[in-house]
This record gives sequence, structure tokens and C-alpha cells, in this order.
Amino acid sequence: MSSVATLMRRSDAPLARRNPVAKLAAGLVFTFAVLATLDPVTPALAIGIVLVLVPLFGVGYGELARRAAPVLLGATGVIVSLLFFAAERTGTVLFTVGPFAVTTGVVYTALGLSLRLFAVALPAILIFATTDPTDLADALIQNVKAPPRFAIGALAALRLVPLLGAQWRLLGLARRARGVDAGANPVAALRNFASATFALLVGAIRRGTRLATAMDARGFDSGLPRTWARRQRFGLADLALVAAAVVVSAALIATTVALGTFDPLLA
Amino acid sequence: MAVQVELRGFGWRHAGRAAWAVRGVDLRIERGERVLLLGPSGAGKSTLLAALAGLLAEDSGEQEGTVTIAPGGVGIGAAGGGIGLLCQDPETQLVMARAGDDVAFGLENRGVPPEEIWPTVDAALAAVGFAYPRDHPTSALSGGEQQRLALAGALATRPSLLLLDEPTANLDPDGAALVRSAIGRVLADRETTLVLVEHRVAEALGLVDRVVVLGDGGVVADGPPDAVFAEHGNALTEQGVWVPGHPVTPRRTGSPGGPELLRGEGLWFRHPGADRFALSDVDCLVRSAEALAVVGPNGSGKSTLALLLGGLLAPTRGTVAPTMDLATGLTGPPHRWRAAALASRIGSVFQDPEHQFVSTRVADELALGPRRVGRTARETQSIVDDLLARLRLSHLARANPYTLSGGEQRRLSVATALATAPRVLILDEPTFGQDRRTWIELVDLLAKLRDDGCGVVAVTHDTDFVDALADRTLTLTGASHE
Repeated sequence: MSSVATLMRRSDAPLARRNPVAKLAAGLVFTFAVLATLDPVTPALAIGIVLVLVPLFGVGYGELARRAAPVLLGATGVIVSLLFFAAERTGTVLFTVGPFAVTTGVVYTALGLSLRLFAVALPAILIFATTDPTDLADALIQNVKAPPRFAIGALAALRLVPLLGAQWRLLGLARRARGVDAGANPVAALRNFASATFALLVGAIRRGTRLATAMDARGFDSGLPRTWARRQRFGLADLALVAAAVVVSAALIATTVALGTFDPLLA
Repeated sequence: MAVQVELRGFGWRHAGRAAWAVRGVDLRIERGERVLLLGPSGAGKSTLLAALAGLLAEDSGEQEGTVTIAPGGVGIGAAGGGIGLLCQDPETQLVMARAGDDVAFGLENRGVPPEEIWPTVDAALAAVGFAYPRDHPTSALSGGEQQRLALAGALATRPSLLLLDEPTANLDPDGAALVRSAIGRVLADRETTLVLVEHRVAEALGLVDRVVVLGDGGVVADGPPDAVFAEHGNALTEQGVWVPGHPVTPRRTGSPGGPELLRGEGLWFRHPGADRFALSDVDCLVRSAEALAVVGPNGSGKSTLALLLGGLLAPTRGTVAPTMDLATGLTGPPHRWRAAALASRIGSVFQDPEHQFVSTRVADELALGPRRVGRTARETQSIVDDLLARLRLSHLARANPYTLSGGEQRRLSVATALATAPRVLILDEPTFGQDRRTWIELVDLLAKLRDDGCGVVAVTHDTDFVDALADRTLTLTGASHE
């Protein structure tokens, strides 16, 4: 839970300081291009592009690797399960593990899927690592006219999320103090989990209600026209970022088509 | 500009409730007056404050009588600076992640022109004596600093009416003094009418010039503090209101405690992933027949020490060692004991009672512990009946613990820990937010346990509680960095 950052040092790196909405739009365009095809070449090229851009976000490669570690775990899971359990086993048999025949077709699919996982996750990690949640909410309201009730409400709720982790740990200790532990009994464990979850929800709702009251008391969503203390500008550089994302994505698809590996998702 | 407030025959009943939360209130507050609103638990003080703040939505209950605020009218969107409200829980008073943004939030909502916002924010932060830059993270502030920031947020719009609902209840004495001085400073110009709800009257008296007591059927006393307390002091004390000049008889033994039960030596604790120690190098001895108070500022590790002694956390360094007398056949440190074995030896009462509730009825909640430590059904029943009677909970035996009042929940959480008859009882802020009546009951109950040979450890920043009960005090000074 501590990985939920509600505040960060704003970076001056050329891409990090772009408008949050522009970063989000560019990331979405790029992601669609990667998801449009099933071959491993497109995501491999996409990962290459992202890795080249990393310094422009002001993020170190070490930090990126650390944040991407869970993705590696997911990709490993994908590869292992596909190698052994894929239903379609086309192509020539490379080797066999017990009853499982690992074919070129299976390797192709597994590689494609796990590379796609990275090609989608890495840009997302870069964008969220360099985007302050407050700036994102401001930009959503000011640049794409998202309702403040939604954007500011979500932002305020996000601030309470790290508290949930601490609450959950405390609930576990409080139950132990009551003499409640499951030991090796799975039924008791499930029952304890359910009752702790209920207590967590009750606490979360109480806190949420108090926060809502505090926001109401300060005139939030009272029908008066709102002003903005922090101006989020969507400038030429931001437009250029989105345009560049479109161009790069198109070039990516064009390259794979030219290489003959393009394998459309919606064929 | 300050406003005048007038309530005529005001009453409010929350939707779905049979009883009125508050009823028959006739009250007129003049411009610039500073009013302390008193009353026993459940008298409807918070409801009245919510009504003045315009937070009682029409569809959330039924209203009687009228509320007039002039000039400007009732409601958040009211003309001028409107109304400022500050409640007791620092965690949920702040909306934004950065200090300056939080103060700016109310100004944005009221449509203050952007070029005026930041100068106003700086002025409000200066007025409450906030010591950090605008972009300081709100999550890195102590409770007292958070409340001070929330006060700046409530004041930034220059409200004509300031409503404070126990603004210092969650704070240690230093933090509370900080917030009180900030309130005093911003009220000095008499531009703001103040209504303050506060349990601990003595501390609030310096801020107010009028006391209004709410009771059954509306306002039961009204006037300058000295006059009200001289005339109604005894009656108010009876009802559970804290009144200056009505001290509680101490229950200290004055004699050294009995044999040692539990010893913590060189205790250090760091939360997983944290970069600093929550508790550093603390020694602590728990004796039978002795009440030990653990005091110290917010963040000094008091609650962590309670969890370590309670066998709920394993120390990062150091040991928690029970004597043979306490362990009775068990080996190893308490944090390795099974939960049921632990509960029958060391009981822990958490600050928030709701964290410990696991049943849907009060009686089941009390029966859970005895059943888990292997008492028979008949023994369990007699323990439950006894505790229900002793803690005035018999009429609530079938109620859901979550629906009880704050005082009832506190009594129940102590009772559940007592149900397994532990030799050591550890409590975290047991008197927090309690009215005088529950407070005295708790002190009496803990004194009796201590006299019966139990080792009582209470983490607290309630100095009255320490004076009334503690035979020995352990002061934590704060975590050192390493």
C-alpha cells in the first residue's frame, strides 16, 4: 500500500514536465499501437523506443527496473503457463518436458504476450512515476473539463488509501489481542478475513464520511463557480508530445508490416 | 464581518431515528461573541454545530423551528466568507496533499480570483503560525500541525462564524496548546463569532466569554463562565461534564508494586520498509499490583511500546520477557504465543474500540474470549453476565457493538479484555474522548484491577488520568534517528 504515492517531487525533465493529460493521451495512443498486433517484434521495438526515452522523463534505469519488478513476475507466469498449458501447439516441436511438447508456435505466443506486457507497463510506469496526482486532477478539470466533483473527490480519496494498509495491519493485531487466530484452520482463516474486511470497510466509510463533511464545510461543490489556484496549461509542447506519439505509433506499425511480422489482433 | 446567530425552537431528528438528537433550543449569539457549548454525551452538541454550518441536508432528517444567521444566511455558499468548521480528527480534516493547496481549496471553492488566492493562503498560514513552506506534504505533519493547518484552511475565507468541534481532542498537550494559541490569535480582532464544543472545559476557558449548556429540552444554562459554573457546577458534574474546580479523587496506592510480571529490555522497533525507528532503546518493567503510565509526545513510540509489551509485535531489537509467574508453562517471548494463550495472560485494549470488535452482538463479543481460552458454557455465561452488569452494558447485551456510543464502545472494549482474566492489561489512550462519568468509571475499574494484583499499563497523554491512577510513570522522549 505504501507504493501509492500521493505526492512527489515535480521533475524538470523535458517529458516529465509535460501536461499530465498530454502524457496520458500519448501513452494511450502508444498502447493501442502495441495492442493492435500479436507478434513479438512490435512490442520488442516499442520497448526499445521507451528505453531510449527514459532519460527524457528524468527517471533512472535502476528506478524503472525496481518499479517494473512486479511486471517481470507476471511475465514469467505468462511464459510458464503458456509453455505447459497452451491448447494450440502449432509449429515444430523444439523439446519436450514430460508430457508437454514445447513447439515454435507456443514459444512465439508466449514471447509475444510477455513482451506486450512490458511494452504496455513501461510507458504507464514512466507516466505515473512523473505525474503528481494533484497536477493530474487539475489538468483533467482544466484541460478536458472533467467534473471537479469526480476529479477532486478521487484525489481526496486517494490520500486516504495509504491509511488502509496501516488499518489492515492494526486490525490483525487487534484480533490477535482478542484471542482470535486461525492457526492451520482454513475455515477459521476465511471467517477472520471476512470479519476483518468488514471492520476495515466500516472504518473506511466512517473516515470517508468525515472527509466528505470537511470538504462540504469548505464549500466544495456548493454550486458557486470554482476558480483554480494552480493553472495547468496545455501548450504547443504538449500538443507536440501527443502528435509525436501518433507518428511514432504509426511508424511502429508500418515497420512491422514492412518486416512482414504484423499479426493483427482483429483479423 | 461577524454575524449574529439565532435559533428559535430548533430541533433535529436524524432520518430513521425515533429520538430527537436535539430539541427545543432557543439561543441568540451576538456578533463577535465567543461561546463554549457544553453538555453531556448525546446532548446534541455536534448536531447543533452541523445545523449552524448548514450541513444538515433536508433529506437527512426532520427539522423543527428556525436557524437564522444574519447577515448572510445559513449555508456554506452564504455571502461573505461564510462559515468555517473544524472537527476533531486531523486525518480527515485535510483534503489536499500539499499544505498550501489545502488552504487554497476553500478559496477555490468560493470562486476567489486566482491572483488573490496565494497571498491569502500565505496570510492564513502566517496567522496560525504554520512553520512550513506551502509545498510541505500534509502527510508528514504531526496531528497538532495538521489541525493548525486545517484551522488555516477554515480561516482563509475570513469566515464570519467559526465552528470548532473538539479541535484538540486527538492531540497531545503540546499539540493542543499549539492549536489553542492559534485560535486565540485569529479571534483577537473580534471579526469572527465563535462557537466551540469542548469536553475539557478548563483548557477552553481562555478562549470564550460565554458558556451555553445543552441538556434535555434545550438550553439548561447560559451566561458568563464563572456564573454558570458557580450555579450549575454540581449538576453539570453529575451529568458527566468536565467542570473546573471539581477534581477527581486520586486512586493511587502510593505503595511499590508487587512482583515483576513482564520486562522489556533495550526495545527497538522499526516498521517494515520504514527508514526510521518508531521506538528506540526503551526499557520497561511491568509489576503486578501497579499502574504504570506511559507518556510522551505524539510520535514518541508509546503505542508501539504497548504493542510490543502486548505480544502483538516482535521487537526489531531487544527482548520482551515474561516471568514464570506470567507465562505459566509457556516458553518463548509473548509474540510467539498462540492468540488464545496470549489473551488469557496479557490483554490489550486498542485506542479505537471498533478495531477489536469481531461479533455482531455485545454478549457474543464478551463470550468470545472465555470460550477461546477453554471455559465451559456455564463459566462463560457467568463471566459475561458479571461484566455486563459491572460495566453498565446489560441493557445492550443484544445490540451490535458498532451501533454503541463512544463511551459504551470504550467500556465494552475494556470488558472484552477483562473477560479472559489476564494478569497484565495494556491500554492505549483509554480515556480519549470520554465524558467525566465514563472517565471516572474507567479509573475506578483500573484501580480495582490493580488492587486485585493485575499489572496495568496505560499509554496516555491525559495528565489528569496519570495524576488519578498512575503509581509510576515512564516518559518516552521520541525516536532517535539512526
